[in-house]
Amino acid sequence: MTAGNFVVIGAAIGLSAGVCGATLPRSSRVIAAAVLVWTACALEAIAAIHVLAGGHPISLHSSELLPITGVDVVLTPLGAFFVLLVAVVAVPATLHGIGYACHGLDSRLAAGALPIFITVMLLVPAAGSVATFMVLWELMALLSLCLVLADHARSEAARSAGTWYAVLTHTGASLILVSFLVVAAHANGQSFTALHATHLSPGLRSLVFLLAVVGFGSKAGMVPLHVWLPKAHPEAPSPVSALMSGAMIALGVYGIILVGDVVLGSGPIWWWLVVLAFGAVSALYGSLHAASSADLKRLLAYSTTDNVGLVLLAIGASGLFDATGHLQLAAVAMVAALVLLLNHAVFKAALFLSAGSVQVAAGTRDLDRLGGLLRRMPQTGAMFLVAAAAVCALPPLNGFVGEWLLFQSLLHGAGLGSTAGDVAIPLAVAALALTAGLTVVAFVKAAGIGFLGRPRTAGAASAVEVPLTMRVAVGLLVAGCVVLGVVPTLVFPAVERATRSALPKISALSLSNGVRLQLGDLRGVLEPTALAVALVVAVAGINILRRGLVHRPAPRLAEPWGCGRELQTARMQYTATSFAEPVQRVFIDVLRPVQDVDVTHAAESRYFVDAVTYRSTVDDGIERALYRPVIRAVRRWGLAARRLQPGSVHRYLAYGLGALVLTLIALSVAR
Amino acid sequence: MTADTHVAWGASTSVLQVAAIALGGLVLVGLMRRVRARLEGRVGPPILQPLLDVRKLFRKERLRPDQASWIFPFAPVVLIATVAVAAGIAPLITVRPALGTGADLFVLVYLLLSGSTLLALAGMDAGTAFGGMGSSRAVTIGALAEPALLVTILALSMSAHSSNLPEIVRSTLAAPGTVVSPARLFALASLLVVIVAESGRLPVDNPSTHLELTMIHEAMILEYAGPDLALVTVGEAMRMALLLCVFVNLLAPWGIATSMTPLAALVGLVSLGAKVALVGVVMAGAEVFMAKLRLFRLPELLAGAFVLALLGVVSGTVLS
Repeated sequence: MTAGNFVVIGAAIGLSAGVCGATLPRSSRVIAAAVLVWTACALEAIAAIHVLAGGHPISLHSSELLPITGVDVVLTPLGAFFVLLVAVVAVPATLHGIGYACHGLDSRLAAGALPIFITVMLLVPAAGSVATFMVLWELMALLSLCLVLADHARSEAARSAGTWYAVLTHTGASLILVSFLVVAAHANGQSFTALHATHLSPGLRSLVFLLAVVGFGSKAGMVPLHVWLPKAHPEAPSPVSALMSGAMIALGVYGIILVGDVVLGSGPIWWWLVVLAFGAVSALYGSLHAASSADLKRLLAYSTTDNVGLVLLAIGASGLFDATGHLQLAAVAMVAALVLLLNHAVFKAALFLSAGSVQVAAGTRDLDRLGGLLRRMPQTGAMFLVAAAAVCALPPLNGFVGEWLLFQSLLHGAGLGSTAGDVAIPLAVAALALTAGLTVVAFVKAAGIGFLGRPRTAGAASAVEVPLTMRVAVGLLVAGCVVLGVVPTLVFPAVERATRSALPKISALSLSNGVRLQLGDLRGVLEPTALAVALVVAVAGINILRRGLVHRPAPRLAEPWGCGRELQTARMQYTATSFAEPVQRVFIDVLRPVQDVDVTHAAESRYFVDAVTYRSTVDDGIERALYRPVIRAVRRWGLAARRLQPGSVHRYLAYGLGALVLTLIALSVAR
Repeated sequence: MTADTHVAWGASTSVLQVAAIALGGLVLVGLMRRVRARLEGRVGPPILQPLLDVRKLFRKERLRPDQASWIFPFAPVVLIATVAVAAGIAPLITVRPALGTGADLFVLVYLLLSGSTLLALAGMDAGTAFGGMGSSRAVTIGALAEPALLVTILALSMSAHSSNLPEIVRSTLAAPGTVVSPARLFALASLLVVIVAESGRLPVDNPSTHLELTMIHEAMILEYAGPDLALVTVGEAMRMALLLCVFVNLLAPWGIATSMTPLAALVGLVSLGAKVALVGVVMAGAEVFMAKLRLFRLPELLAGAFVLALLGVVSGTVLS
């Protein structure tokens, strides 16, 4: 059996999983669909590994499936890397979905759409032509929209999130389509290789690139097109949020690499400075909002924008180095981008799935209503802590390796002599640093308020550990965080192969040397395995030393210090809002929190206060400043346009006549 | 010399460095308190008082807040472990300890960040207002110090074309002129501000405060008592000592052992101690004339440090 058959059979099994999910009775549909999805993922992953291991790119064509254009499947090493990434998220997400099913995933629509959504995501990176790509891309958008709307009957927020998502993703898709059509109009065919061989004028090339960056950026959650993320991610069922945040967002980045590096074969410096700037702004804006969100899944959604920003920073740096002729550096930055994406897929999926577990166990995802979960859900809590540490890039977990690579590529790129680079790179380092710091604020808050301290509500106090399947699902991903952090060199051959397929100018690339990362000719060495071993030995050694030094090892439990007060209540603890207050105050010009203080005085005298209520909300400034005016204008135009439709058939016929005449005039003028 | 003796030598210097940081850190804290007391006209406690305090704390009963989880006793251990690993790999006494090939400045920063992140989590573990307040402030300051820190590393790495600490120290030893280059001086000035912020000294935080509302670090560790508090104290002292050691070795690495002989290691140890003691005395002396800044004035201080670091990078690219 050739590798191509794996792709076809995998896709067929994935689609049959969708049929099972939509038709089987409620009791068995989720499990049956999940098992079939795992099979599909395994088959696609085998094909992807075959390509990454040095086999020929898979190339298939069928003229029956799509009329006129046919379907082209071309699995390059770059695409294969993304297929693997989708599979890595999809398997745990569907496993988690088995336990989560009764919380909105076992309806016919959701159970049918989820497997097909996964299958389509597995196929998007294998699309070899514009038509195939756009059909799959649209299917991915529509199916994920169905899943965001899974809870639409009960939740107004889900309906609103669905509208936002639909509008933004389709605006993005139309820009992508225009971008591809501009190239395809000048190309000899519509496959990506034909597009690559096209010669376009510099102006057109720039137009194509910018349209693609904005179009794919809307899928990737790039600022200012990120506004759907903090709405759709919280409202979608958690396995769906994990898939959207871990895998679908990565495909948006895949699109940018596809157009920028593969189809157009890189470009002038300013293109990449634009990407770099989008990346820096997204990273900062996302991390700032993550640091001030009190809703756990909204926090994770903003953190996705933040991580995508870092990936775009790496891609921008890679293009910049490529355009200035530093191929080695360009390769390191591209490797950094891919490693950051893979790491993000693993830890963000783990976090979204744990957030789902918390929502199932405690009935809420509002951090201000949680607390003390680590003692009540020890395994989920510990896994959340590890994944949160991975997002914060703490060694020896996987997030650290990605940030180290990005920092090294920027470091070696500074002072290379190009004026733009000299200015952009220190600022990029500063953006990376502030983002890293704010990410720590966000995740110390998420873990500390949500999982430590005293439970703030009865729901949190009565939370119990979730079913085994859900814990195993998160556990797989958390194990991935540890393995990818301790022995990242395991995936480096695949990442290097994918990088060479994205940047064909690079002939040889080898950054891993045993268990050590070594940046080729550049002076930079990381020994993640040795670091992890040293840390474990140090922790164990200090524990033993402490046992020896302390005579009574069993601690006595005592009341914490309450300034002399006897009573300690859960309401005295810091909340997520108060934890974020210093950050909010420092960045008040960006965040613009809305604060309300209502004081109710006693009826007898104004000197006595009955109650004080304080409300502080941080809404998205970009949504307020950029989108609300547009929405208002569209609404106004819509109302005005209603006057064109009075219901009179005569009027409509007159419109038809007018349109026909105008078309004829336009045609005669154009000719 | 064979590879085996090389490894054995490197390992023993690593152990020596960790031990020197562990003991030296506490002595340094005592020295700084003593200098400060003298300048304020007091006699002050003996220099070895912190060591005695730690011994006393280790003999006390272990207490734990009733709502705390395993994070609470685990955090001080991680704090010490991360500092110890960092002290084992950084070029402090000798240019290249055994584990030192991966002694990247970036790795060092993130190792220390792990310890402080865990401590911030532990601050919230007891479920009191003070712990949360301390943690919130500590991570905010950490986040604001981060840009200055990483851009400083960028500036420091540019002359050696590497952020590998042994490489930087070696290139400084080979070309002593780089020490007085504007890039290096701006970067070190910025690094000093960051070190003051990270180790909770005046004017960022007052380590001897007794008023809960103005505390940052002390509020975070308010619930620690007995042996756990001893571990936190040791960890914090080690962290400050390590940061100052790295600082002096970037400022003036002379004396550091470049050959593998016991004498060179001894010279390295003594010169390092002398240099760090000098910087500590100067810092303590300067603190006498300073008041703690308001929390919301700190962004200005750290932004100033960031600008200094950026100046370092710019002068590095323009003048090189």
